[in-house]
Amino acid sequence: MTPKTLYDKIWDAHVVHEAKDDTCLIYIDRHLVHEVTSPQAFEGLRLAGRKVRAPEKTIAVPDHNVPTTSDRSNPEKMTEDSAIQVAELDKNAKEFGIHYYPVTDIRQGIVHIVGPEQGWTLPGMTVVCGDSHTATHGAFGALAHGIGTSEVEHVLATQTLIQKKSKNMKVEITGKLPPNVTAKDITLSVIGKIGTAGGTGYVIEYCGEAIEDLSMEGRMTVCNMAIEGGARAGLIAPDKKTFDYVKGRPHAPKGFQWEAALSWWKTLYSDKTAKWDKVVTLIADNIAPVVTWGTSPEDVLPITETVPGPDNFKGAKADAARRSLKYMGLTPGTKLSEIEIDTVFIGSCTNGRIEDLRAAAKILKGRKIREGLRAMVVPGSGLVREQAEVEGLADIFKKAGFEWRLAGCSMCLAMNPDQLRPGERCAATSNRNFEGRQGRGGRTHLMSPAMAAAAAIAGKLTDVREMS
Amino acid sequence: MQKFETLTGVAAPMSLVNIDTDMIIPKQFLKTIKRSGLGKNLFDELRYTENGEENPDFVLNQKKYRNSKILVVGENFGCGSSREHAPWALLDFGIRCVISISFADIFYNNCFKNGILPIELPQEIVNVLMQETQKGSNAQITIELENQMITTSDGTCFSFDIDSFKKHCLLNGLDDVGLTMEKAASIDNFERQSKIERPWV
Ligand code: SF4
Repeated sequence: MTPKTLYDKIWDAHVVHEAKDDTCLIYIDRHLVHEVTSPQAFEGLRLAGRKVRAPEKTIAVPDHNVPTTSDRSNPEKMTEDSAIQVAELDKNAKEFGIHYYPVTDIRQGIVHIVGPEQGWTLPGMTVVCGDSHTATHGAFGALAHGIGTSEVEHVLATQTLIQKKSKNMKVEITGKLPPNVTAKDITLSVIGKIGTAGGTGYVIEYCGEAIEDLSMEGRMTVCNMAIEGGARAGLIAPDKKTFDYVKGRPHAPKGFQWEAALSWWKTLYSDKTAKWDKVVTLIADNIAPVVTWGTSPEDVLPITETVPGPDNFKGAKADAARRSLKYMGLTPGTKLSEIEIDTVFIGSCTNGRIEDLRAAAKILKGRKIREGLRAMVVPGSGLVREQAEVEGLADIFKKAGFEWRLAGCSMCLAMNPDQLRPGERCAATSNRNFEGRQGRGGRTHLMSPAMAAAAAIAGKLTDVREMS
Repeated sequence: MQKFETLTGVAAPMSLVNIDTDMIIPKQFLKTIKRSGLGKNLFDELRYTENGEENPDFVLNQKKYRNSKILVVGENFGCGSSREHAPWALLDFGIRCVISISFADIFYNNCFKNGILPIELPQEIVNVLMQETQKGSNAQITIELENQMITTSDGTCFSFDIDSFKKHCLLNGLDDVGLTMEKAASIDNFERQSKIERPWV
């Protein structure tokens, strides 16, 4: 038999039809839906008189628009158009009979956190969502990627997608991570190395000792940002940690079905002699806590470095750097650890899971954030929030001076009221530092939860290794 | 979906690399439940000042580019979010073709679902076309999808590659969902088989 990569194996198990020109119809096992990219798709179904083909494989949760303050179930707390989108999702979920987690449900949260938490995401599945960070689910060895609204409609109607196969890229992280270096530092460092278009046309499989050592939460952080490297999806081969995480979740298989699933899941790895179209290797020991300085996730450097100048780049990248520096209000040569901030955001589908909150709380314990700083923690789901309360993390955050919010996307993309004002500078655990992402004129520095906590204490970007 | 056969129009340059979907259409405009009406907010934060006035420096605000139908852009155009609002906004403004060295994957796919043709070309040719855009409204570029040809105002021709299935759908304005529905029997079969092999799904 020809040796296969993990991606090849999952792909092959889902081909419904293959045309002569290699265009395939791929079966979709799970479809996750949120309020922003779905209304037009449901409307399309309605206009054509179509149904949702597999409502039992479809889940919906509002997350992008929802306020994260305690009074949020009052629709008046949302702008009119946000409230309309959430109400539409409500209506569509009911009308088409799909699983739904409204804001009043403790299981509500960011769609990419809810899916794995509820056991909807399983190894070897194909998972799609009208959201680019669907790559997150690749941490389970599921082929997961973002789609546009027309494709959302296509999946709702047919439970399939028209696709051509991507190429295989292996990203190996060898050895062990140094202390205080996290999954976020790995994923940002990979993007720094390959660039935001480095993965275009590929599905990335992350592997190596440092990846195996990560918890499921950490693996989700790594895969989450595969899209920031341009890849269609990120994957990590499932192992005992994956199976342990999945076992017992509400929608995970049980009994003899569990045994059957497990025996298939154990075959899901890349064969030793599988062929890769591209291989990238990073040595874990050389990875440091990193931060971004510009307006692209590839603008990333270890915290010990200084802000680069346009001369460090060539051609169009030099122009982009000039523009970034102007937007970010930074002078080349400034030490990254001297950049003062006024906002801290801990949350998002990249870093809004329990382990992320634990890592931040560990740094914050017994400390206070810098006076005048606005800092908020937005747990990724109601269940993460509850768990953090049980573990006493919420108290640590509150005592340190953080606002303790309800679950949602919040200031990751600022579609709800949580936004930066022009010129405000934020240490953020989210995934995009694009111009205006967290609010018009707002300036974003991406980093790990521990680094964001350290920044909150110091009031400036800080090397967490000096604080722990 | 609108068919794409031949397009002739002014091309506007945007040489910046990594123009992301947040730049193409910022999130405050994603709250709509419609596909139309986004053209006025295309490139909103580049196009308007904070007071909502037009920024005279922005290319599409300049008289000669106001009616552009084509954009020639820097590499990795459309990176970032999966929002189809990005092609919707381009289309609503009147852009039917975007030319670049490279596009982000999801954006590229989304264009085809909306009758927009994204064309990938090597750096040298993009550079020539970028030069061509400097002629402003004097430069009408023509794009013929059937024979995969771009012709500049002085008659220079460049051919481009495109996936045959995507080309077929675009030329005929075909709706994917309808096409896939015709394969319902294959989907039924797959589901039956999968119930046996992966009953837990
Ligand atoms: S947390 Fe941010 S990146 Fe994740 S789904 Fe929400 S908006 Fe998108």
